[in-house]
Amino acid sequence: MNVPVMYIVGLAAIVFTIGVVGVLIRRNAIVAFMSVELMLNASNLALIAFARSLPDGSGHVIVFFVIAVAAAEVAVGLALIVDIFKLRHSIDVDEMSSLKG
Amino acid sequence: MTGDLVIFFLLAVIAIATAVSVVLSRNAVYSAAFLVLNLTTVALFYILLYASFIAMIQLAVYVGAIVVLFLFVIMLLGADRGESAQTLLWQRPLAIGLGVVLVGVLFYVFVIAGPFPATAASELPAGFGGPEAVGTLLLSDYVLPMEVTSVLLLAAMVGAIVLTRAERREKR
Repeated sequence: MNVPVMYIVGLAAIVFTIGVVGVLIRRNAIVAFMSVELMLNASNLALIAFARSLPDGSGHVIVFFVIAVAAAEVAVGLALIVDIFKLRHSIDVDEMSSLKG
Repeated sequence: MTGDLVIFFLLAVIAIATAVSVVLSRNAVYSAAFLVLNLTTVALFYILLYASFIAMIQLAVYVGAIVVLFLFVIMLLGADRGESAQTLLWQRPLAIGLGVVLVGVLFYVFVIAGPFPATAASELPAGFGGPEAVGTLLLSDYVLPMEVTSVLLLAAMVGAIVLTRAERREKR
């Protein structure tokens, strides 16, 4: 595919912003988590586009690390959500306010 | 060139529509299904950008492992119900307004003022983005980050086990 790199980075910017808005407006912790995955995915897309346009294979390696870190983050995050659900029978982020001063 | 643009805009519309659906779906299971579609569309972009190895990793790790983990937790918790009534009425419009500002700034920085070349390099090294190229880089220039990542994955595994085990001991 031979389209200007700006088009793909623009698409990545739009998807990233959708992820940011999703984290801000959703109160279901799992959907907020999925929005974080959208943001990671958008940054990966921008990295791959830059790797293609330079061309430099280092972008692919960084995307590989991002995917590995995302997998680790999801494992721990979902374990935390399961723990919170067992404790409070809800994963609504508005109700997780016991640390509020 | 025009054929490439048609494919790009088709895939871009699918990617944006599925991303919006992830955020707006009432049911978390639908969100996960749309996330699968979005990740698969991005994997298609990776293939079109000559990142074949990363595309396969995306399908295997993201779609195959991470989303399935999400679905497991949704089913386990029965969390596919709606949300509670909104308590902060100004939060949603503020978030959408700030999102519009953010996308404007990102567009300005990366698309309008960005110092990037308009056209991509036409000649790629042989085997660019294949498993061999990525693996060679991973085991030469990026050995230390790779080892750190493996330690991180081990820590995440131990963390997930400890988090779920402590709860079980508490119940007994």
